[in-house]
Amino acid sequence: MVIDCKHVWNYISEYMDGTLSDETRDTVQKHLDHCEICSAILDSTRSVIILVADDRVFELPVGFSERLHARIDLEFMAP
Amino acid sequence: MKVPQISNRTEAELIAAILGGEIQLYHELIRPYERSVYVMALSYMKNEADAEDVAQEAFVKAFRKLESFRAESKFSTWLISIAINETRTRLRRKALVRMESLDQPPDEDKSISPALLRDWREIPSEAVEREEVRNLIHLAVEQLPEIYREVFLLRDVEELTINETAEALKITIPSVKVRLHRARMRLQKQLAPQLRTVNRASKRGWLAWS
Repeated sequence: MVIDCKHVWNYISEYMDGTLSDETRDTVQKHLDHCEICSAILDSTRSVIILVADDRVFELPVGFSERLHARIDLEFMAP
Repeated sequence: MKVPQISNRTEAELIAAILGGEIQLYHELIRPYERSVYVMALSYMKNEADAEDVAQEAFVKAFRKLESFRAESKFSTWLISIAINETRTRLRRKALVRMESLDQPPDEDKSISPALLRDWREIPSEAVEREEVRNLIHLAVEQLPEIYREVFLLRDVEELTINETAEALKITIPSVKVRLHRARMRLQKQLAPQLRTVNRASKRGWLAWS
């Protein structure tokens, strides 16, 4: 089976997660092997996800941990 | 399934010990999840002070409810669903619930066209050390519809499995997959061209940061 680019786009996310059926995955794989545009979409999606998920993007405020544990002490551990 | 080891006690053992009276171990139990709970709270509350407040409240509630924790779920998933409930309660109380969550979910955009880029090159991870890049990312995540954002954060940022994401949000697995796909495509569409431009514009700057 041959599918066009727009169909491939619908499968990008599941392709990344490895949750497509074997048949669909092979069809998508074949398309990706020769389509630069769809390969670039897949690569850029992966890259964007890696950057967003980087620990340095969403950081805990300074002192967060200390304040949290102090609060827990105050609520539950006070003598 | 692998249970995280904390100072040689498994989570299950820690929880049993806390329920048995060693309550100071609660500090140890929650330490690995501080960031996850905070990030989820931040994604709803939109400002750091409120997010911190909600996160603290969620940890306090989780302690009070610890007895009701059942080992069939992962502690992290259980904790995150308490945090999500806490944010929703808080937003309702503040009457800050955005219209989008009252309206029909934006499930109409069946296919989101991705950004078409030729000659895509991987953006180095050092890019996130720059405030400009972090701001672009924060904005893009913030602009996602809430139902996409929560799925994306749990699955791709907090690295829950699809099943755990479904459990934490109390939605079906197919819903997780559809929402995740749309979130990822929207982020690709917005961020890939922006990040590529920033990356190119500051090529000389990379060395200084790496």
